Amino acid sequence: MKTGDAGFITTTLENALEWGRSNSIWPFTFGLACCAIEMMATQASRLDISRFGSEVFRNSPRQSDLMIVSGTVTKKMAPRLKRLYDEMPYPKYVIAMGVCVIQGGPYNQGYSVVMGVDRVVPVDVYVPGCPPTPEALTHGIMLLQDKIRKREGK
Amino acid sequence: MEGQLNSRYVELNMGPQHPSTHGVLRLKLLLDGETVKNVEPVIGYLHRNAEKICELDYYCDSLIYFDRMDYVAAMNMEVGYLEAAEKLLAIEPPERVKWIRVIMAELNRLASHLVWAGAFGLDLGMITPFFYFFEEREKILNLFTEICGSRQETNYMSIGGVYQDFNDKIIFKIKQFLKQFPKKMEGAYSLFIKNDIFLSRTKGIGILEPEVALSYGVTGPMLRASGVPYDVRKDAPYLVYDKLNFDIPISKGKDVLARCIVRFEEMRQSVKILNQALDKIPDGPYFNPKAKKSLMIRLRGEGDVYARTESPKGEFGVHLVGDGTVKPYRLHVRSPAFKNLSVLPFLSRDVLIADMVAISGSIDLVFGEVDR
Repeated sequence: MKTGDAGFITTTLENALEWGRSNSIWPFTFGLACCAIEMMATQASRLDISRFGSEVFRNSPRQSDLMIVSGTVTKKMAPRLKRLYDEMPYPKYVIAMGVCVIQGGPYNQGYSVVMGVDRVVPVDVYVPGCPPTPEALTHGIMLLQDKIRKREGK
Repeated sequence: MEGQLNSRYVELNMGPQHPSTHGVLRLKLLLDGETVKNVEPVIGYLHRNAEKICELDYYCDSLIYFDRMDYVAAMNMEVGYLEAAEKLLAIEPPERVKWIRVIMAELNRLASHLVWAGAFGLDLGMITPFFYFFEEREKILNLFTEICGSRQETNYMSIGGVYQDFNDKIIFKIKQFLKQFPKKMEGAYSLFIKNDIFLSRTKGIGILEPEVALSYGVTGPMLRASGVPYDVRKDAPYLVYDKLNFDIPISKGKDVLARCIVRFEEMRQSVKILNQALDKIPDGPYFNPKAKKSLMIRLRGEGDVYARTESPKGEFGVHLVGDGTVKPYRLHVRSPAFKNLSVLPFLSRDVLIADMVAISGSIDLVFGEVDR
């Protein structure tokens, strides 16, 4: 962006869109397991993610931009997850929250757990932890914002 | 009804993705207009085979899977497992450890009920209480972080002891927390109990008769809200609950409102227990030398034990069978939330869909525990 002396801003349409998108990522209320409680904590009093424009948790996939896969994805749940992802409108993003979602986590010796949600849907940001703290999830959302603005994450 | 058009009843799926099903419950509703004629809960969307994995691990390793069963009350799950494991392995924890465990379990009971209260408010369309309850819960989790280094899935206790000892600073901080907690809790509680909309949505909804509750195996606050004073902490005391003075809150209301009142009363009782326990906590070692870290994986158990404890959801039982090796032969969990869920079809016959949400919210379901 360049600031003109006469008090107006010039930018490209693309930059403006990215700026808007990155500051209004509406997550999808999609709690699966333990991490969902930490996702609720991220939304609640102390770690208020509305500071980053993501406070509007939508209950319908058709109104949301971001799917935070929070909790173990089982083989029974995976087809439903894929379907919910397909119902979301473009542009859409996925955050894999917790080690269960990344690679099976503590349950990866079991028979009913999907070894990573990236086998089902494409993932933008991985947030490790079991469960990740709300601070970690907030950092994940900020990384996603950087990614949307095509900046290198720090 | 084969080959016939049946337009009277409509089948509706609620979940597995639904904000009011507390996770991944799917309810198959049979509707007549807005009235629910039949409900069929479909579970298994979070089946993580924790019991089976525990059988592949050493006795001391199973704790992390118990943390993640009832993931909002990790400490209570750990206490439940250790009651069984210590009985099987014949390791008695020192006196101080028992008091520490009671303190941690009661703190986590508070945290669990706070999560329930926040989520229940959300189910009924009240967003404000959620923030108040989660603020208090954050304070408890801060204490946990300081004591065990982890917020939610703590993995604090171990066979024959705990991971780290309490010091005076921690006890002081818990006391500080308990000083301000009742006032904050009552304030948020009044948002529930003085709200006409809340009362009209919960009073007389989801009546559960005590005979029905007993025949379905319902325990915990749900049973006590039906007027049956059954609490494992009183009826079969474990740890040091017999040395503490507290009451079992019951209500004669039998409805959703009664369950809400009983849970809040339980929180008051937990505060009472915590205040006593913090004063009475004795000095001593914080682990049994028979189960120190280097010996932990060599512990062998033989026999067959069943231990029950009172988790925030109800009676939590662990059945453990050992065959003389370092790993359990069989581990089975009696999950209170699963038994409480089984009464849902009975509770929600001929109610409106909106009341259905209130009823399923009042059960306090946690799917890590239902599906395991």
